[in-house]
Amino acid sequence: MTAASPAGYIGRSVPRREDRRLLLGQGSYVADLVLPGMVHAAFARSQLAHARIVSVDFARALAEPGAVFALGGAELAREMPPIGGMQVTAPKGWAERVDHRITLPPQNLMASDRVRYVGEAFAVVCADSRYAAEDAVEAIDAGFEPLPAVVDPEAASAPDAAVIHPDLGTNAVAELHVEKGDVAAAMASAPHRIRRRIRHHRYAAMPLECRGVAAEYDRRTDSLTVWSSTQVVHWVRKELAFALGMAEEKIRVLAPDVGGGFGGKGHVYPEDLIIPWLARRIGRPVRWVEDRHEHILNAAHSRDNIHDAEIGFDDTGRILAFRDDFIVDSGAYSPVGAGVAYNTTAHLLGPYHIENFAGGTVVAITNKTPNAPYRGAGRPEAVQVTERLMDIVADTLGMEPADVRLRNMIGPERMPYDVGLPYRDGVPMTYDSGDYPASLRRAIDEIGGIEAFRERQEKARAEGRWLGLGLGCYTEGTGVGPFEGATVKVDASGKIVVSTGACPIGQGHETVFAQVTADAWNVPIEDVVVLLADTSTLTMGYGSIASRSTVTSSMAIGDASDKVKAKVLAVAAHLLEASEADLELRDGRVAVKGVPDMAVSLREIAAAAAPGWLSRRPEGSEAGLEATSYYEPPTVTWAYASNAAIVEIEPDTGRVRIERYVEVHDAGRLVNPGLADGQVKGGLVQGLGGALYESIEYDEAGQLLTGSFADYLLPTAAETPPIEVVHMETPTPLNPLGVKGLGEGGAIAPPVVIANAVTDALKPFGVEFNTLPIRWQDVRAAFDS
Amino acid sequence: MTAKRSVTVTVNGETRTGEAEPRMLLSDFLRDTLGLTGTHVGCEHGICGACTVHVDGEAARSCLMLAVQADGAEIETVEGLADGETLHRLQQLFSKHRALQCGFCTPGMLMTALDLVRHRPNLTEAEIRSGMAAVLCRCTGYEGIVHAVAEYASGGER
Amino acid sequence: MKPPRFDYHAPESLDEALDLLADSGPDARILAGGQSLVPALNFRLARPSVLIDINGVAELAGIEDAGERLVIGATTRQRAIETSETVARRVPLLHEATRYVAHLPIRTRGTLGGSVANADPAAEDPAVAAALEATMVCRSRRGERRIAAAGFFIDVLTTALEPDEMLIAVEFPGIPDGAGAAFAEISRRDGDFALAGVAAQIAISNGRVADARIAACGVGPAPLRFRDAEDALLDSACGPEAIEAACDAVAASSDPHDDVHASAAYRRQLAAAMARRALNGARARAGGAA
Ligand SMILES: Cc1cc2nc3c(=O)[nH]c(=O)nc-3n(C[C@@H](O)[C@H](O)[C@H](O)COP(=O)(O)OP(=O)(O)OC[C@H]3O[C@@H](n4cnc5c(N)ncnc54)[C@H](O)[C@@H]3O)c2cc1C
Ligand code: FES
Ligand code: FES
Repeated sequence: MTAASPAGYIGRSVPRREDRRLLLGQGSYVADLVLPGMVHAAFARSQLAHARIVSVDFARALAEPGAVFALGGAELAREMPPIGGMQVTAPKGWAERVDHRITLPPQNLMASDRVRYVGEAFAVVCADSRYAAEDAVEAIDAGFEPLPAVVDPEAASAPDAAVIHPDLGTNAVAELHVEKGDVAAAMASAPHRIRRRIRHHRYAAMPLECRGVAAEYDRRTDSLTVWSSTQVVHWVRKELAFALGMAEEKIRVLAPDVGGGFGGKGHVYPEDLIIPWLARRIGRPVRWVEDRHEHILNAAHSRDNIHDAEIGFDDTGRILAFRDDFIVDSGAYSPVGAGVAYNTTAHLLGPYHIENFAGGTVVAITNKTPNAPYRGAGRPEAVQVTERLMDIVADTLGMEPADVRLRNMIGPERMPYDVGLPYRDGVPMTYDSGDYPASLRRAIDEIGGIEAFRERQEKARAEGRWLGLGLGCYTEGTGVGPFEGATVKVDASGKIVVSTGACPIGQGHETVFAQVTADAWNVPIEDVVVLLADTSTLTMGYGSIASRSTVTSSMAIGDASDKVKAKVLAVAAHLLEASEADLELRDGRVAVKGVPDMAVSLREIAAAAAPGWLSRRPEGSEAGLEATSYYEPPTVTWAYASNAAIVEIEPDTGRVRIERYVEVHDAGRLVNPGLADGQVKGGLVQGLGGALYESIEYDEAGQLLTGSFADYLLPTAAETPPIEVVHMETPTPLNPLGVKGLGEGGAIAPPVVIANAVTDALKPFGVEFNTLPIRWQDVRAAFDS
Repeated sequence: MTAKRSVTVTVNGETRTGEAEPRMLLSDFLRDTLGLTGTHVGCEHGICGACTVHVDGEAARSCLMLAVQADGAEIETVEGLADGETLHRLQQLFSKHRALQCGFCTPGMLMTALDLVRHRPNLTEAEIRSGMAAVLCRCTGYEGIVHAVAEYASGGER
Repeated sequence: MKPPRFDYHAPESLDEALDLLADSGPDARILAGGQSLVPALNFRLARPSVLIDINGVAELAGIEDAGERLVIGATTRQRAIETSETVARRVPLLHEATRYVAHLPIRTRGTLGGSVANADPAAEDPAVAAALEATMVCRSRRGERRIAAAGFFIDVLTTALEPDEMLIAVEFPGIPDGAGAAFAEISRRDGDFALAGVAAQIAISNGRVADARIAACGVGPAPLRFRDAEDALLDSACGPEAIEAACDAVAASSDPHDDVHASAAYRRQLAAAMARRALNGARARAGGAA
């Protein structure tokens, strides 16, 4: 990169700053940290889905060579409260508009009296090595009295079901209902009505790096340093301060390099609090590195809905009424509350104008691993329902699925479009910008056109080959609040140092925020230092979840930069004895317009602005070049996309091969198109994994059947088709950069797109694929039907 | 015999000795005993491939070997690829084709690709996809990886 | 996921290894390529008291062309088999099947003997051994036994090997002139264990099938050889009808199980589908076709 062209980084595929260290093997992940005197933690985890803990005895465990410390859940519960602020509260605008009853179960840091899912920790051991710690865990003598396992979420919410959290009196811990228009009347008078049961299965973020936490306590200063493989360092610090009774400023939480997260590391887990507590208690640094089996058992799972949907429409395919009641299998706890469930409801209407709508939700507790957001966070489930129904409407009327969609789509002339429901931030949902029909038409063009495909499909069928075309459209609220922070300063070297609450997990944040900052300051990108995922660099931050960081951090950086630039100009004006209006910021200097020789460098300005005897700042002005801003977005920006895929089915095996996959994606203005492309493609392949390969399965006793990578199948390069992504760039009016979020989008549509394509391919057999994942054996069975 | 033994390996051309219990995995020996944390561990049951290193010139899973089995072996890890400050050509191509995001799979991807290209001439894209299926990536969707390996293979270096 | 403690020995001669095996008791385990055993150790599913690492026993590795038979030493790596010109020529079925075993970096370590002794019902090498009636050469301090495939594979992960016995080599009959062989498999992902895999070798002379061998992995508790299917082909012209009859016989004789990856009924269908592919492939490669 040359320093010649400072401005205009936004919109260019600037190479990543992160690459070099990662390619050299010099990345630093939690498992790479070595702290002097460190001990290794391992957890004893329940092998039963539901049981009362009768006894836990550590005598043999502590006698194992290398064992240092052991503790059970009941003792820990006396030392530390359940995770407190985990449950995202309901904003006012939401609470007023959505009927709701929410009583979420508290989660002790470790099981103290009963275990509620296979994998729940009930004890922890520290030892000289992870090997020794695992030996000691095996030597714990624990007694359990089995309780009936509640595995099926529908049975769980039945009145006679065994109650998993007796204090709550029910397993149906949340119920939500929201409505617009008059669904009952519109449904009753609709010329056509169809009802379907649609299931989205349980799968998970499954980052390649498992979770991990390391902590060091300094007795002299009574302070803690915590390294966690997390997407939310500030949130971890907040909970730690509360749980440990320490000042936030005495705790520093960092996320070093993180090997993927995708939402699975997006909330505070018990281990985030237990490991620091242990470090303080034992007086030695403690490191816990989750292994893969543990990760599959214990890190949050996601999706897992059963929908009963009904749709009313007329002969032209216009949707008149839409109702969807669904149940979310929450697992044993609900770490981030009912937000994901409502997210599903809020995304059911998608890019369509539908006047009468009702969405009802039950969140059911079962004896499974807790359910929490994963890339898409409730949207893939919603989009599966709506987009399957679109195809079924088309099939009922003998129309092309594309035509039904176009018939109901909100055109660009209706932007901004009032959806008529509140978003989960409490603000009325308003689609801000975009051209949904153009996006769908583009996707169809890219895949080669419907008519051409139908001809090909016809010919292929005559040859005994089975091709199918699937479509899928969605809208996605991105850049959600409540806020993000950024501190911007010009340090003594003249470099611009930026820190924000974003916690990168591979997206390239260091690069993207350097681009944003370099443009804001009109400096070469090399002059920007980006500090991330470290609570010591920023007082309040939120973190990287929910497709929000580029939007929210960029805005906070821009705002803080404006404040600092104002100071810079004031100092420069003073030094140059010029009027501020005549000055411009360029190439790391402030110069008098038209007189480039009359200039001072940022370094000189920083020296002049510093406090002290040598300060040369304007009289009465504050010393230093530093400002912090907290950006509180008015509400979300709406990204959207249209997908099209062609599949071919092998008739003798039912194997589904994806021939082509196209997504036309619009996330507003792209800061770094190359990285945006990578985000979307990576998400798409996760969605394809969910469609065809990935599934978390339990038996009737609540035993996990997919506890290894041999049974939980991530797609490899060989299963992955070439993916084509087209970017439309309709800027959002909601922020000055025009950017929307895009981290999650890719993962939303593929499950239903593939379901639609497979259903299309097998249309002569009249089989609908309304249940995910799509199993080859069910596809094969269609040929026998 | 469960006691620690001395294990000597040549890693990236350097002779290194460390102590290991017989049960210690080669991955842990490289990472914890020798401090070579570039080799990553993503599953410890042979599937993810993040731990792939070269043992006596061929790619192998370091999580499925005991350190004591590597005594006397020549091992190459990701740390040995660059020539001083200059990235190996495949590393450069990974960056160029955006073949990495979080970087966790990257060491295994690099070591696997080098072995594949070295021992299999004239790779087609399908063969690259199948060969690289030995390593999982959760971030990139593989496209950049396939392109980087394809360009490297066509350049025929090493 | 770290292995439990065990004693470890790395003998350098076969006699030393057999002595160790005889003296270490029933909880001792042989460590060959480790690609099945080490994952089991990491999950602490295997808890051997002693590991006897046979990788240093030079006489156990190698491919020897012994006229009618090809003798492959137990610790011969799957990667060496895959790249062996001799294997490709003399036992093409094994050569083709080996490519379906896991991935290249796993075949770098994994051994033929380990795969056969491990007897995973979904593994390719045992199916090839069953199809070709390979002979397992087993040795203990008590002496040597030569066990035909039919008597060697007993059940899931269970063979006729005694605790003090080691598999030292597998002998495969070379492919007869004019015969054709093919292996067909379906697995959920590239490199995964088979949902169903079928090994077929057909010799055709004067337009009639003179010899047919069909065996499968993934569809029974052990590799299955399908005599009924072979009979359906013998003496036929190997036309589509005979092949369909053989496929039906394969489906009928399969004994598959249900798991998260596939139902038993589906595996049975896959067995037939893979049999069809393998038989068509073998027929196309066989000389003397009708
Ligand atoms: C990710 C992954 C995917 C795989 N996919 C496949 C696949 O698709 N198909 C497939 O067939 N295999 C597959 N395997 C397993 C295969 O690679 C193994 O190598 C093979 O099954 C065992 O061979 P090994 O030499 O590694 O044996 P080891 O793991 O060393 O030993 C396996 C067992 O056999 C015993 N044993 C080994 N050698 C002898 C001997 N000479 N005499 C007596 N007993 C002995 C051991 O004590 C142990 O019980 C896979 C492995 C992994 C890690
Ligand atoms: S850590 Fe070795 S293959 Fe996953
Ligand atoms: S880059 Fe994250 S797993 Fe491959």
